[in-house]
Amino acid sequence: MPDLLTPTFLTALLAGGLLAAVPLIFASLGEIIAEQAGVLNVGLEGMMISGAFAGFAATQATGDLWLGVAAGALAGMLVSLVMVLFCVRLGMDQIIVGIAIVLTAEGVTSVLHTVIFGQSYPRLDRVAVFEIPLLRDIPVLGGSVFSQPLAVYMGLAVVGVVAWMLRATSWGLHVRAAGERPASLDAAGVSVVRVRTVAEIMCGALAGIGGAYLSIVSSGTFVPFVTQGAGFIAIVIAMLARGRTWWSVLGALLFGISLSLTTALQLVGIDIPVDVVTMLPFISVMVVLILFARDARLPSALGLPYLRGSR
Amino acid sequence: MSDMTAGLDSGIETAARIPSRRRGWVDALVRSVGPIVLALLTGAILLAIIGRDPIAFYDDVLKAGLFRASGLQDTITRTAPVLLVGAGLIVAFRAGLWNLGSDGQYLLAAAFVAGVAPGLLASVPVAIGWILLAFLGMAVGAAWTIVPAWLRGRYGVNEIITTLMMSFIGVGLAALLVKGPFDGPSTVPQTSVIDPAGMLLDLPDVRIHIGVFLALFVSAAVYWLFARTAFGTRMDVLGANPRAAVHVGIDVPRLTLVTFMLSGALIGLAAAVDIVGVFSYMRADWNPAYGLKVVPLVFLARLNALAMIPFAVFFGVMSIGGAYATRRADLPGDFLLVLIGLVLLFMVLTQYLSDKRERGESLLPRRTRIANAHA
Repeated sequence: MPDLLTPTFLTALLAGGLLAAVPLIFASLGEIIAEQAGVLNVGLEGMMISGAFAGFAATQATGDLWLGVAAGALAGMLVSLVMVLFCVRLGMDQIIVGIAIVLTAEGVTSVLHTVIFGQSYPRLDRVAVFEIPLLRDIPVLGGSVFSQPLAVYMGLAVVGVVAWMLRATSWGLHVRAAGERPASLDAAGVSVVRVRTVAEIMCGALAGIGGAYLSIVSSGTFVPFVTQGAGFIAIVIAMLARGRTWWSVLGALLFGISLSLTTALQLVGIDIPVDVVTMLPFISVMVVLILFARDARLPSALGLPYLRGSR
Repeated sequence: MSDMTAGLDSGIETAARIPSRRRGWVDALVRSVGPIVLALLTGAILLAIIGRDPIAFYDDVLKAGLFRASGLQDTITRTAPVLLVGAGLIVAFRAGLWNLGSDGQYLLAAAFVAGVAPGLLASVPVAIGWILLAFLGMAVGAAWTIVPAWLRGRYGVNEIITTLMMSFIGVGLAALLVKGPFDGPSTVPQTSVIDPAGMLLDLPDVRIHIGVFLALFVSAAVYWLFARTAFGTRMDVLGANPRAAVHVGIDVPRLTLVTFMLSGALIGLAAAVDIVGVFSYMRADWNPAYGLKVVPLVFLARLNALAMIPFAVFFGVMSIGGAYATRRADLPGDFLLVLIGLVLLFMVLTQYLSDKRERGESLLPRRTRIANAHA
């Protein structure tokens, strides 16, 4: 057994973990907002993959990273409009519409990829790493946490902003009321439908950014089904975080590290089969769910359409 | 926690609402076939946008999936796993349980059956071998639902998430099994091939195996289960209202487990029929991924196992003919996913409009609803 606690191994583990965690952070943050507002967004995976494709295509065409991120956000928002129309406005079943969004988005992105790129899988240039001065010299942490693409730091900043908005602004209060007691919010003169619409579109934008990050920064290419269930993992993270935004960072890091464990282990000469790698994050989700099964509390009006006057 | 599960349960209930008597079968037909027609039309528009000829595309689908003798045989053969997976989903959905992990249950069962079958069928009489393999597939499929069922029944953990997670794990585990203990003599990672003498019998003169009849029989049995037995009624009660189920003395955690295992068993049986009936071996990267694609059909059939039959044939035509048509149109087979997703969206929309009409409301969205609610 080689020594695992070498700086090389830990640096690779942390750096890879953070890189893999950022899409999950964005997506689970979006899901938290939607869930707090009472919308269970099962279509998260569909929004992520749409953002991944749009972001990749835009960056590939223009060569600009930030245009790609913007395109990803836009694509995610467009997909979330389906959810808004069917579930928030018309009050239809959120789970069925969510499944429909996942299926359609996976199909559409795969078809569009073939139409635009044929059988080729172009790669993007590696995104430049932004090393924070002074901090980068700290052993282990310097080479991992403080030497990341700029988008990683922005992701963490967004978490802070959303956490503050949910906790300290009247908008955040409206969102949480829409998820817990929509009738009370309505009685207070705030439109439940409008609050949920905004929350859902924000969720779409964040999931789209997460997807764009996945294709532009993490993998540098787009292949059909590239999200590989990350959207569903993000839903689990959101559920376990129980609306506390910083917990979603912790959860995302846990799964990011379980994803990067393979690369790190390969660095020290331990080879695990690729199938084990793909299973690892899902196994850790199940273990966490079994251990903390009793703790997953969700807003009481989650998944229920709001019809004024109905009980 | 109970609030959360109650909220999600009512979702299935609305989706599966049984049509009222006033509504004739014509209306039911419109509500079932309408979404498919709308999805195919939208698909045609999408094809035109990306520069493919929609008429030629659908012509290819019908030719290859229905009008050619070989295509028709493949279509009918394909209905077997679709009916069995559909029956498994119907059992779970009617009890208000979202089993979205059928891909993992199917693939893991397929790996075990494909791994054991070549040796088993060579050493025992084939008929006994088939029965043993059917039970093996069912046991594996059922076993893979135990953890989600237990978490749901004991702690109320959302089974959508747990079944999906178990599905991803099952898919990976199946690949590991085929690459490891079940790896055959071939250089590519795949199981040994079942001897042709061990494959399910075909009907005279055609390439349609007897597993299709098993699937039809199971569909009828599931229909009978819900129409005529107390066990079926208990599952329906659980699906309609979990709190009522507790009050009438149903052991909810236990029924949840039994229902989930029955659902998984039927899905595992689909895998056994596919391997021993059609494929004869399993490659490590093989995954037909029926799971989410069958979900819309199950809802179009209004969770009625017999009504699934025409939709299974439709699915057969679309997947057999669609494979040929997408290849000719230079598109990935994933185009079928677009159509299936659209079917689901249009189904929800049709249901919405139809509900409004039944309540005598205007078909114009919103506002009217608020006025009515206050009346």
